[in-house]
Amino acid sequence: MIATDFTPVASLLGGALIGAAAVALMAANGRIAGISGFAARLLPPYADNGLAGRFAFVLGIVLAPLLVGLATGSLPVPQIEASAPLLLIGGLLVGFGAVWGNGCTSGHGVCGLARLSPRSLVATSVFMATAIATVFLTRHLI
Amino acid sequence: MVILAQFVIGLVLGLGLVIAGMSNPAKVLNFLDLAAIPTGGWDASLAFVLGGAVVVTFIGYRLVLRRDRPIFDSRFHLPTSTAIDTRILVGPAIFGIGWGLAGFCPGPALTALTTGGPPAWLFLAAMFAGMAGARWLAAREPAPSPVPHRS
Repeated sequence: MIATDFTPVASLLGGALIGAAAVALMAANGRIAGISGFAARLLPPYADNGLAGRFAFVLGIVLAPLLVGLATGSLPVPQIEASAPLLLIGGLLVGFGAVWGNGCTSGHGVCGLARLSPRSLVATSVFMATAIATVFLTRHLI
Repeated sequence: MVILAQFVIGLVLGLGLVIAGMSNPAKVLNFLDLAAIPTGGWDASLAFVLGGAVVVTFIGYRLVLRRDRPIFDSRFHLPTSTAIDTRILVGPAIFGIGWGLAGFCPGPALTALTTGGPPAWLFLAAMFAGMAGARWLAAREPAPSPVPHRS
């Protein structure tokens, strides 16, 4: 494992920005800021004509690290520990599970909890539990 | 105009993910590693990300949803389903396993497209394949019969 620093202030600030974006999206076009929903609907079949807007939203997320790099002079490079097979399996499971459960960390974990949705509370509890169990298994048992 | 707005909102969301440290899988896995609490290896930061995001969204939604309609649409599109069916259990269970294996969920994976190199591209390709598979399967399944939700 790679050790990381406890960053409560930056994390709270970043979290607040995520919340601000979720609120802004609701104010702008009345949608839940569910990243998996936006990403999955970049793929056909298309049920509506919102493709350009979804592409713009996802493009904003994709380009954000470059803006941080421009502002600070150093790119925020993610530290990826997982091997290629685990990234492949993990990606398949994350993509499948997010669509099957109608949401991910942003849709259920942020927007759903903020709406006090029982479905999102169930979803968030379940994915936190299986994620914690998976990390326990891979780091401490296997 | 609505497309530009969505671009800027995506940019702010991505900035939030990066500043929060959520876009770093090592940080995510260290948060999920509760067994590291006694040894001091646990990184509690992500609780602050979720806390900050939920509080701001909770307050903001209450202000925004008081309006008659959003700026660029005729109505708010809020989820109406309240059913606790098998999909709301199975989907997140699968999602959590993948999240715990790789340390990426969809938003952070998207931010890693520009900065994460081939490992991130592999995860993203697999994620979109998983999404396509779930949509394909969902289209072939009969709609899940809603469980009566009464208390």
